[in-house]
Amino acid sequence: MDALQSQSVTFKVFRFNEETDYLPYYNTYTLNVTHEEVVLDILNRIKWDHDGSLSYRRSCRHGICGICSIKINGKAILACKSRLFDLIDIFGTDLVIEPLSTKRVIKDLIIDKKDFWEKHAHVDPYLVSEIDEKPTAEHTVFPHQLEQLMEADYCIQCGACHYSCPAVEINELYIGPAAFAAAYRFTADVRDEGGMDRLHTVNQEAQGVWDCVKCMECAEVCPKEVNPIEKITKLHNMIFEHGIAKNNVATRHAVGFAHSITKHGLLDEGELVRYSEGNFGVLKHVPVAMKMFSKGKIVLPWNMPKADKLDEIRKLVKSSSTAKF
Amino acid sequence: MKELKYALFTGCTAKESTPEQMMSTLAVAKKLGIELVELTEASCCGASHLQDYDDFLSLVLNARNIAYAEKHGLTMVTICNTCQLNTAMTKHRLDHNAELKAKVNAKLGEVGLEYKGTSQITHFLYAIIDDFGLDKIKEMVVKPLSQFNIAPFYGCHNIRPSELQNETHKNPENAYKPTSLDDLIIACGGASVDYVEKNKCCGFHAELQAPHTAAVLTGNAVAGAMDANADWMVTPCPLCHLKLDTQTHHASIAIGREVSLPVLHMQQMVGLALGCTPSELGLKHHVTPVNFI
Repeated sequence: MDALQSQSVTFKVFRFNEETDYLPYYNTYTLNVTHEEVVLDILNRIKWDHDGSLSYRRSCRHGICGICSIKINGKAILACKSRLFDLIDIFGTDLVIEPLSTKRVIKDLIIDKKDFWEKHAHVDPYLVSEIDEKPTAEHTVFPHQLEQLMEADYCIQCGACHYSCPAVEINELYIGPAAFAAAYRFTADVRDEGGMDRLHTVNQEAQGVWDCVKCMECAEVCPKEVNPIEKITKLHNMIFEHGIAKNNVATRHAVGFAHSITKHGLLDEGELVRYSEGNFGVLKHVPVAMKMFSKGKIVLPWNMPKADKLDEIRKLVKSSSTAKF
Repeated sequence: MKELKYALFTGCTAKESTPEQMMSTLAVAKKLGIELVELTEASCCGASHLQDYDDFLSLVLNARNIAYAEKHGLTMVTICNTCQLNTAMTKHRLDHNAELKAKVNAKLGEVGLEYKGTSQITHFLYAIIDDFGLDKIKEMVVKPLSQFNIAPFYGCHNIRPSELQNETHKNPENAYKPTSLDDLIIACGGASVDYVEKNKCCGFHAELQAPHTAAVLTGNAVAGAMDANADWMVTPCPLCHLKLDTQTHHASIAIGREVSLPVLHMQQMVGLALGCTPSELGLKHHVTPVNFI
């Protein structure tokens, strides 16, 4: 058996009780931790040996109930799945333990996930189907059809991606990566009939997929490797495939790249903004564009560079295009 | 040491809104004795938006770009984080999916090209750290940046998702505690400042669709660097650069606080330390003036 390795770690733990505290504060504990321990073991030791009033959520202890998600030095984790030694490798031996969202704390590490569940509910996260009360055969789903879900059904609703998403943080309407992954999961299911409603929901301005900032944090943070941004891209594709893409700044911004590449091989930055915003909308960008022009940062249309072998690029765009707008 | 040689994928901004990025890349490569063969045939990578409209077309175009680097038998070097992500992600997907690779190659075959998967893809930041070496850069510094507190701004698409970091780099860095740019600042003689936003999003990709979200992210980033006592910021990504350099007016309104700092491209910072002149590095092409030289 391997010898037990241990080292001393300082934990700064976020504390706040909405019923008694005006402001949050941190308690500091220095503990010897072993290479076998996960974060949940430390929370239990602090609660059992040092301060019984520390509150946090725990249940399955097997990385499947999704309830013990918290943040360590800003990184959202499942407390029951994250080894201390792995975190020490990244952050060193000073670790800050915080709730997923310090704005939504009820007590200590326990947050109110109301917004998370409301946004989930908004995308109908269940199979929508007319069920035959007396079916005569099983509804068979073939392996290749199951693969279409792309592991979106692995989501355990822990909220790690939702409370790490910068767009969720700023825009309270934004549905967020977890609910988008759920929207994809059911829309991609061959048994489901509610796909179009979901696609209309995620196609709305401000709340929908178009407000994704593409930071890739949801893919990075997910403890179950659901890769929500991959599903967000899929939802974008489905919106075009089903012909429900609205003619607005967001859709034109995506389509504009294809136009530019066909014309120049490269992106025509100025034309992309004009095409996306429209001839009137583009005016709001004029003050910044003037400043950029004065610093030699705007290429005028007649000087627009082109990629070599442009005919080859055009041929490929023609033969490889799979989408219509 | 064997002379370093790469196929340079410039991306679009280097040819348009960030001419200083192209100038400083070439100036630094010359100083370090790195040979860059420009892929003049390369198309736009789609900037993580084309794939929302047409994922397959995006794959074909990126595979074509890589195929030209393969023809030269060289590692492709990128100078934009988003070019890096889209190109490396294309390579990742094609190298792990033979069926998809065959589909893409069927299209490339129509123009006499083939994606083989033989070229690596790396950002210039990692090429000079991993391949050239920080110690050697340190030895070559003639104008140490010792009077400056410099805020590194990593840019999402170089550090996330980490599976690409792990495939591409000798010393993959952690998205939650990246170190490459800090190390480079220190090698150039500067002091790197730590702040929460250094590995966060600048908002660039949502600027047209979600202007408020984008402006708040920009404001938070610059404010974070200012509060950490930074004299200026440095980034390996021209898109982050554009956002942080040209959009501080909107950002200031969005967060209710006047924010502004000079933002240098990673190549400009290295160039300054290696003794390149301000004109070689295109320092006059900044909207927020580079007022400390």
